[in-house]
Amino acid sequence: MKTSRMLLALTLAAPLSVFAADEDRSAEEIAKYREMISDGNPAELDEMRGEEVWKTPAGSNKATLEKCDLGKGPGVVKGAYAELPRYFPDTKRVQDLESRLLTCMTTLQGIPEADIVKAPFSTEKKKSDIEAVVAYVAGQSRGMKMAVSLKHPKAKEAYEIGKRIFYYRAGPYDFACATCHSENGRRIRLQDLPNLTTNIGAQRTYTVWPAYRVSQGLFRSFQWRLNDCFRQQRFPEPVYGSELTVALTMFLAANANDAKYDGPGLKR
Amino acid sequence: MGSPMKIRAAVKDGVTEVKVLMQHDMETGLRKDAAGAVIPAWFITELTAKHNGRVVLEAQFGTAVSKNPYLVFRFKGGAKGDKVTVSWKDNKDDSRSDEVEIAEKA
Amino acid sequence: MVNLERRQALKTGGALGLWGLFLSLGLVPQGAQAEWNKPLFSAKTMNEALDGLGAILPASSEAIALTVPEIAENGAVVPVSVTSTLPDTTRIMVFVDKNPNVLAADFSFPAGTEGFVTTRVKMGQTAQVIVLVKADGKLYRAAREVKVTQGGCGG
Repeated sequence: MKTSRMLLALTLAAPLSVFAADEDRSAEEIAKYREMISDGNPAELDEMRGEEVWKTPAGSNKATLEKCDLGKGPGVVKGAYAELPRYFPDTKRVQDLESRLLTCMTTLQGIPEADIVKAPFSTEKKKSDIEAVVAYVAGQSRGMKMAVSLKHPKAKEAYEIGKRIFYYRAGPYDFACATCHSENGRRIRLQDLPNLTTNIGAQRTYTVWPAYRVSQGLFRSFQWRLNDCFRQQRFPEPVYGSELTVALTMFLAANANDAKYDGPGLKR
Repeated sequence: MGSPMKIRAAVKDGVTEVKVLMQHDMETGLRKDAAGAVIPAWFITELTAKHNGRVVLEAQFGTAVSKNPYLVFRFKGGAKGDKVTVSWKDNKDDSRSDEVEIAEKA
Repeated sequence: MVNLERRQALKTGGALGLWGLFLSLGLVPQGAQAEWNKPLFSAKTMNEALDGLGAILPASSEAIALTVPEIAENGAVVPVSVTSTLPDTTRIMVFVDKNPNVLAADFSFPAGTEGFVTTRVKMGQTAQVIVLVKADGKLYRAAREVKVTQGGCGG
């Protein structure tokens, strides 16, 4: 009895281990592919364009964004992204980069918020200016340590709300972010799914977004990424710059603290 | 006029390495839009790179070069501060030319 | 390269076909120095392209290092790097044998430029990336297969 069970185990184990080896090899080859395309990230073109947008007068005030305060003082771009989201005393709320840019574009430049919010993301036909600025600002934190502060009570509160959103199950599939992103070793087809509840998982993921999406040939902002997650959960699409996406961004960004920011990245 | 390129040129041990990132849709002419209409081919056809006015690379592209083309090549010579110019032209007769100074490679 | 090897037997001693005739009459522009090489970029098969180049079957060469990923996660961006250590390398052509038009890019190197290029090409499906290198007036080849997978969602 014992022997036959062992034999059964062996016969079962053999093809399984071959399968596992195949999978490992594919994963290894795909890792090599990603390494090969990491040089010459087209996101750099969006960074260049974003810097132009930043310095070009626009809106009814014919103003540039050069006086926009991203948290380190008016016009300071260097290192700003690594400290976002943060609490802003002037708006009395926690803002991520995108909601903050919305504030600057409406207050400094006089662009109506509705105009920006109705089409904030690039399409094949029309590239988004705000996404280009996101590329530029994020690129100016490349190589810096993530240092998101939770000292302000509002910042801490946003983190806690973000955490609740992460675990909030709803929609026709009864899905939460956590359904896919709270265990190690999960994947959808060839895509490894990061465990965003661990520091290492959050660090590896957060520090390479925003990113150029190879499959779409477009640069994608962090809110675009979150909105796409909500879409996959069959949730309604959050409004651009919403409190909800800011809070979730806060949860993920703070979990990524201490890692070196390495974006904008390149995604398949 | 086309969108600006991102060019990097760096010299080390007498060899200059040039990395060029171009912004271009490189449409194949085989894709259809949402309405089922063929999206016409639109792609870079020719590219020339010069070092201080001397041609160091010529290239012709077909539609199979990826969107936002990327190119790396190396030529002998070139000194810090020299100029490298890259120019392209596409099948709609649009063109673009950008220039950088050669840096010293760390 | 099965098809290409077969080509050797078919073409050796035979005529180069219409293309060869055009070529010998100077009707086909050669090299990247000329205008955009429409006939060569329109070639639908490697056979057509080789006919267009007036070549039978260039010899495979160990002196050509062709670096491509074994698996490409996305066929829209397949990195290709070619280094030729053949003396007097003047031209590198990059082909994908199963693309609707096989020639992706054609590079010409004046004296002083290394026989090296890195670029990215589109591949509609798993196929051979074939490079033809012109050195000292002769053509050589190298080839590698790239498997193209479908991407998943998310990421």
